[in-house]
Amino acid sequence: MIKLIFYLFAGILIFAGTRVITVKNPVHAAMFLVLSFFSSAAIWLLLEAEFLAMTLVLVYVGAVMVLFLFVVMMLDINLTVLREGFARYFPVGALVGSLILIEMLLLVGPNYFGLDKFQVPDTASTVPNTVALGRVLYTEYLYAFEIAAVILLVAMVAAIALTMRSKRQNKYQDPARQVEVSAHDRLKVLKMPAEKAQ
Amino acid sequence: MLALSDFLIVGAVLFCLSIAGIFLNRKNIIILLMCIELMLLAVNMNFIAFSHFSGDIAGQVFVFFILTVAAAEAAIGLAILVVLFRNKHTINVEDINSMKG
Repeated sequence: MIKLIFYLFAGILIFAGTRVITVKNPVHAAMFLVLSFFSSAAIWLLLEAEFLAMTLVLVYVGAVMVLFLFVVMMLDINLTVLREGFARYFPVGALVGSLILIEMLLLVGPNYFGLDKFQVPDTASTVPNTVALGRVLYTEYLYAFEIAAVILLVAMVAAIALTMRSKRQNKYQDPARQVEVSAHDRLKVLKMPAEKAQ
Repeated sequence: MLALSDFLIVGAVLFCLSIAGIFLNRKNIIILLMCIELMLLAVNMNFIAFSHFSGDIAGQVFVFFILTVAAAEAAIGLAILVVLFRNKHTINVEDINSMKG
């Protein structure tokens, strides 16, 4: 039964991945990417990584892919120009991809990672996955966890700073114009007769 | 029962699909970013499979950090993409050659 579920979701995952790279419309590609994230979350559930599976669905499907969709729909792109060269690069892409795939399959196949080499662990663990993950995350990996939080903050600030369009209604200094200014732009020397002191 | 190699093969297939996708869609930056996300997903799949089969939770912690960094990367990458499109009105990789690199 578990095997059936695994092959079902793995098939959906690979189909969706194939569609991501071959589909014409980027909106459809984003949708197929959502499908592939979903099915890999299901596979992660089979591997008893419940917390990460839920994080994948919430963070990726809920936030990152919505961001992708926003950007894809916001940009007015010419699809035909972007599409050209697909047929030209198809042979080399397929060749390189299949070569790397064959090499990887030789390495990660059942010869080295089969059931006789890695036994299925007994699933009767006493602590839930989230508890176990939180225990090491807040003790052993606390420093890395805080750095990850800082990375997220910096990314947020950078994304806002990059895309913010200021309205130019605020007063600001232009250093180039400040340096360029010369004395006779600002200062007017008048010649007038000195008055007699009374 | 499912062996470790089954999960590793799925990860390998996904990784190679995204590499082929970078070759095929080499003009469209959005698809390139999506392929990078797919590649990170394949790597995460390997991490979780090894973590499960060797009974060590450290692999899942690393997946957590990879997810964090990938989210940050996607946000900054898309922000750069928006600024680029605003300035050049294209996302074609071949038109972005002003640095002559």
